[in-house]
Amino acid sequence: MQQLATPDELLAQMAEKLKTLLSDKAIDNPLMVGIHTGGVWVATRLHQQLNNSTTIFSEPLASLDISFYRDDFSRIGMNPKVKPSQLPPDVDDRHIILVDDVLHTGRTIRAAMNELFDYGRPASITLVCLMERGGRELPLQADIVGEHVKLNQGEHIKLTGPEPLAFELQQQSHKNISNG
Amino acid sequence: MVNKATKPTDALIGHDAWNIQLDKNGNLKHFLTTEGLGSEILTRILDTAESFTSVNEKSVKKVPLLRGKTVVNLFFEASTRTRTTFELAAKRLSADVLNINISTSATSKGETLLDTLQNIQAMHCDMFVVRHSDSGAAHYIANHVAPNISVINAGDGSHAHPTQAMLDMFTIRRNKGEDFGNLRVAIVGDILHSRVARSQIHALNTLNTGDVRVIAPKTLLPIDIEHMGVNVFHDLETGIKDADVVIMLRLQKERMQGALLPSEQEYYQLYGLTEERLLVAKKDAIVMHPGPINRGVEIDSNVADGARSVILDQVSYGIAVRMAVMTMTLGREPETEENTAGDGQ
Repeated sequence: MQQLATPDELLAQMAEKLKTLLSDKAIDNPLMVGIHTGGVWVATRLHQQLNNSTTIFSEPLASLDISFYRDDFSRIGMNPKVKPSQLPPDVDDRHIILVDDVLHTGRTIRAAMNELFDYGRPASITLVCLMERGGRELPLQADIVGEHVKLNQGEHIKLTGPEPLAFELQQQSHKNISNG
Repeated sequence: MVNKATKPTDALIGHDAWNIQLDKNGNLKHFLTTEGLGSEILTRILDTAESFTSVNEKSVKKVPLLRGKTVVNLFFEASTRTRTTFELAAKRLSADVLNINISTSATSKGETLLDTLQNIQAMHCDMFVVRHSDSGAAHYIANHVAPNISVINAGDGSHAHPTQAMLDMFTIRRNKGEDFGNLRVAIVGDILHSRVARSQIHALNTLNTGDVRVIAPKTLLPIDIEHMGVNVFHDLETGIKDADVVIMLRLQKERMQGALLPSEQEYYQLYGLTEERLLVAKKDAIVMHPGPINRGVEIDSNVADGARSVILDQVSYGIAVRMAVMTMTLGREPETEENTAGDGQ
């Protein structure tokens, strides 16, 4: 297992990278969307850091709960406490910065993009993830990643929070990761 | 406070009515009655419904949860509101919906109920939503369908109307908070013929409501109603005094046999809810009605359209509650993970 930076160290670097990427792509007034639960924690901090000196985001952080869009509903059912997605009524022609904690199979991102497209037709979606690991099952990659982590067989990483943010390494054997 | 009834027996349904509602893991498979279901399941229905209210407020009111599932509305008895909200609920979950109005269909040509069912079953459906004028019909159907099919009772005779009761619980919770312990809920009117009242009483008692009252003339009360765990009143103003919630019921004239009432006018004089009578209830009391309302019979227009009426909210919430019951019966619910991030799907 490699030595991991703390989430806060990664967030500072990610904020800088994102600022550069936005100016390179000449993206004006983007909309930041965090995916519940960990993605919202990460997005809250990024949103705050980027809006610190100049106003990059004119709107508050938006959030998505992808429970209604999961592809494994028929196998594992639904979490009864789904947090309502909070998005502006219209995402047509918006540049969206989609934020999640750990990018693994890519299925969460697939579900999140499906939900976003139910709200409208965004101009672009930029994917930002605090942590990226192997095991992709869909052709997806993040535009900005805090850290790439290599995990051994059966290892699993998750973000705990919201205060403070920390990574937690788990052995998968005791738990059935059906929605990984 | 009267003693809470333990397991009131309904002769029409039998003791095991609640058992077939749950699968081996204790998850909801059919939803036939609120009776015998624990507060955990009822609360889960309300929580899940709360999640779905956001879907109904989006500009695109659809989520793909039940894509590919087929829901059949089997209505042996006329209904507009209930059938429409079930249909909308299923469509907003992306299910395909088939509306079958049996009263104008095969049964009138002599086909038996079971033959009708088997024919629809052969079309590979996933859920039957059943409305029938006979008590116990949904239960009978649930006992005879293929194991992969879920049955939801959309009203059977005078027995049960569980989704209506749950949308009423949802309306109460939205207005009065999650703790029902301090609430006084008064149900007024034709309790005798009301499947809604029976389902409400079971649900209210399961959710530990402080004081559940029924108010009606003796001719419109079932015998032994006290054993359902309610306090009985025959005078409206005594009954709704300091109530937090007043639920008015429709006089079900189509089900009345014999002379139960002198006249509608006299009923209104004694039991009709007017602004003036409502003064004895709590200042922030809400007024509910499962619909259809009979203005000037059980409720005055000023009350029905007034500030304390939540009658139209009930209809809106009905969609979210039915979406919740449909997803819970067609998908098993997983364990919940509190305060940890999604594990990087």
